[in-house]
Amino acid sequence: MKKINKLALFANKSNQRLFTTISVIVVLYVLMTILDGTGNLSSLMKGLLVPVCAYSLVAVGLNLCVGYLGELSLGHAGFMCVGAFTSAFFSKAFVGVIPDVPRFILSLLIGTALAALFGFLIAIPVLRLSGDYLAIVTLAFGEIIKNVINVLYVGVDSKGVHFSMKDMMSLGMEPGGKIIINGAQGITGTPRQSTFTISVILLLLAIVITFNFVNSRTGRAVKAIRDNQIAAETVGLPITKYKLIAFTLSAAIAGVGGVLYAHNISSLTATTNTFGYNMSIMILVYVVLGGIGSFSGSIIAATILTLLPEMLRGLSNYRMLIYSVVLIMLMLFNWAPGILKWREAHGIKNFKSILKSKNTKEVQ
Amino acid sequence: MSLLEVTNLGISFGGLRAVDEFNISIDKGQLYGLIGPNGAGKTTVFNMLTGIYKPTDGKIFLDGVDITGKRTADINKAGIARTFQNIRLFGDQSVLDNVKIGLHNSFEYSTATGIFRLPKYFATEKKMDERALEILSVFGLDKDADVLASNLPYGKQRQLEIARALATNPKLLLLDEPAAGMNPNETKDLMNTIALIRKEFDVTILLIEHDMKLVSGICEKLTVLNFGRVLSQGETSTVLNDPEVIKAYLGE
Repeated sequence: MKKINKLALFANKSNQRLFTTISVIVVLYVLMTILDGTGNLSSLMKGLLVPVCAYSLVAVGLNLCVGYLGELSLGHAGFMCVGAFTSAFFSKAFVGVIPDVPRFILSLLIGTALAALFGFLIAIPVLRLSGDYLAIVTLAFGEIIKNVINVLYVGVDSKGVHFSMKDMMSLGMEPGGKIIINGAQGITGTPRQSTFTISVILLLLAIVITFNFVNSRTGRAVKAIRDNQIAAETVGLPITKYKLIAFTLSAAIAGVGGVLYAHNISSLTATTNTFGYNMSIMILVYVVLGGIGSFSGSIIAATILTLLPEMLRGLSNYRMLIYSVVLIMLMLFNWAPGILKWREAHGIKNFKSILKSKNTKEVQ
Repeated sequence: MSLLEVTNLGISFGGLRAVDEFNISIDKGQLYGLIGPNGAGKTTVFNMLTGIYKPTDGKIFLDGVDITGKRTADINKAGIARTFQNIRLFGDQSVLDNVKIGLHNSFEYSTATGIFRLPKYFATEKKMDERALEILSVFGLDKDADVLASNLPYGKQRQLEIARALATNPKLLLLDEPAAGMNPNETKDLMNTIALIRKEFDVTILLIEHDMKLVSGICEKLTVLNFGRVLSQGETSTVLNDPEVIKAYLGE
C-alpha cells in the first residue's frame, strides 16, 4: 500500500511538469495581453503572437512523431498545409452564409480532420518503412501537397463548384462567381479569425491531449514499439495499429497549427518557405533544439526561433548570418557532450539532464 | 494431451538448412530444456515458435490449436511468451511500465478514454498498477518500480524481462539463456525463481541454457540440438548420459 502511494507521487511528478508548462504559457499570455492593452507591444511583436502559437502546435505534433513514435517525418509542413488550405477554403466559401463563430469552429474541425485523414492515408504505406526511408518519403509527400495546391483552381458560382488544374479560364465561371483557390496565388481574403486567445487555448489543449496520450495505455504501447519493436510484438502489441494512431494524431495537431496560420494572414500561398521542405526542416529544428520528447522544449524553441529573425531585422543583411550562428550556439549548448559536462560541473541543467540524474540517483 | 506439439519443423535461409525435422512434445506443467552447441539452431527454434521467423515446413500446435505462421502478437495472445538472449527491455520506460505493457491485452480502455482521462482510465490504471506490482514483488523488483529499465543492473534486467513475459499471462514461457552472464550465486537464485514462478503462475517452461548445473538441476526433460537436428531427446538423466550427446556437446 505504501508502494502505491509512492507511485501516485511519481505520477504526480510528471503531472507537475505539465502544470508548470501550462502555468508558464498562461502567465506569458496574460503578460502579452496586458502589454498589448496598455499599448506597449510593437506591431511587429503583435503580428508574431499567432504564428508563434501555430508553429508551436506543429512542433508539438512533430515531437509526438519523432520523440514518441520514434520516426523522423520531414513532411509535417504538408499536414500543416492540408489543415491551412482546407479550413481557409471552407471559411472563404461560407463567408456570409454561416455566422462567424460557428464557421470558424467548423473550419477548425474540418482542417484538423482532413490533416488527420491525410496523415492516416500517408501512414499506411509510409510506416512500412523506417528511418531514412521514411524521412525521404514524407519529404516527398510534403512537396507533392505543396505543388498540387499551386496548380489548383477552384471557384463557386450559381451552378456549383468548378475545379481545374490548368488555369483560371478553364474554370468556365459565370460572371459574379467567386474564385476560392487561385493557383499559385492561393487563397486571398480568408477571414482573419485566429486571435491570440484562441491560439493559446488550442495550444494548451494540444499539450494536454498529447501529454495524456503519451501517458496512457496507448501511449505506453507506442513508446514500447519505439524502444524495441520485436519485444513489443512478443508481448502481443499490434504494431501497425499503434503506429497509425500516433502518426494520425501527430498529423492532426500539425493540421490545427495550419488552421491557425491560415486564419491569421490575408493571402495564403503554398511556397517553399510557408509549407515546403524549408518549413518542415524548420519545425524539425524546433523539435531537436527543444529536446526530442519534450513538448515544452518544442514550444520554447519555436518561440525563440520565430521571434529571433524578426528581432534581428534591424541588422538587415547580417540577419540570417547571426541567426545561423545563434542556432549553432544553441544546439551546442543543448547537446554537445563537452558543454554538457561543463554545465553539470556548474549546475546548469536542462530538462533532460535533470531527468537523467534523478533516475541514476534512484538506482544507487 | 500435450501443451506444445511440434512436428517436422524446419527452416531454410537461402541454401542453409538452419533447423530440420524438429519434433518436440511438451506436457502441461513441464520444465523442458533445449540444449546444444552454439549455432545448433536453438534460438531459431524459439524464433519460429514465436512467429518472428516463419517456418519453411512443419506444424506447431499450442493446446491443440494450429499456430504455425501466425503473427508474433497473435501467438502471444494464443499463449506463448518469451525472453531474449540479448535482453530486449523497453529501456526508456520505468520498470513498472515495462510490466504494464505486458498487461496491455489483459486490461483495456480506448485511446479516447486515455486522452480525455475518463473515470475508466483511473480505475483501469489503478488495477494495472496493483497487478504489475504483484508480479514485480515475486521477483523482489517492486522496490525498483519507478526506476528506468535501462538503469537496472544486469541480473535484475533479466528478471524484469521474465516478469514482463509473465504479465501477458502465457501458457508456455520460453526462456532464452536466462543464466547467461550470471555468477554461480545469481544462477542459484534464478533456479529458485524459476521454480517459484512455475508454481505461482501455473506456467509450462521451455528454456535454452548452457549452464549444465541449472539444466540438470531443474529440467525434467531435454532435447539436444546439433547442426539443426535433434541429437537426443528424453528424460534429463538419460539424455545427459547419452554417448552421442557427450561426444557432440558435453565433452568426454
